[in-house]
Amino acid sequence: MPDEAVGCARPTGAVVGSDPAQRRPEELESEVMAMTTVRVGGKAPDFEAPAYSKGTFIRVKLSEYLGRWVLLCFYPGDFTFV
Amino acid sequence: MLAVSTDSQFVHKIWNETELSKMVDGGIPFPMIADAAGHPGKVYGVYDEEAGVNIRGRFLIDPDGVVQAMEVLTPPVGRRLDETLRQIQAFQHVRANKGAEATPAGWEPGKKTLKVGPDLVGNVWKVWKPKDN
Repeated sequence: MPDEAVGCARPTGAVVGSDPAQRRPEELESEVMAMTTVRVGGKAPDFEAPAYSKGTFIRVKLSEYLGRWVLLCFYPGDFTFV
Repeated sequence: MLAVSTDSQFVHKIWNETELSKMVDGGIPFPMIADAAGHPGKVYGVYDEEAGVNIRGRFLIDPDGVVQAMEVLTPPVGRRLDETLRQIQAFQHVRANKGAEATPAGWEPGKKTLKVGPDLVGNVWKVWKPKDN
């Protein structure tokens, strides 16, 4: 078995034969269109999710931060390099 | 500040304890959100279905819940915090004067702003030049 390349995007398993590079371009395009739901000047979609915060486990609800500036940062994964 | 990845809150805890607290005194001071199913990553357009992770997206949300800025990078390149802070200061400045002033390219706090209105049309060159930064 070849070694797995070590990168910042954490690889996960996939169904054999479902190589994304093999899919038709229009299929990929419709997926991108469906994903793009946030725009500048528009409302930030609200969400609720579990979180770790300063030694405790909490639930974060974005709308509870109304009245404050929020910097919402997504990143690929804990223990990645960048 | 809210950080989001697809790791569980338990992994966030151990990452903070074993590594991040050795880079930042006292550890991470803001919530680290677990987005195991890729939601909210999907609605923010940053969830990578193939890799099962959220790519580097940052969204600046104002006190009314409106997205004022966004930036999305692929995983290998990290962000630069001082540009994010500059944008926050600029958006806060614009909000404080209710849009009467705009911040030109490269603006930093204390630098010249533009008083927007009909008289400024075609006359920006008289009041602001790139070297003013």
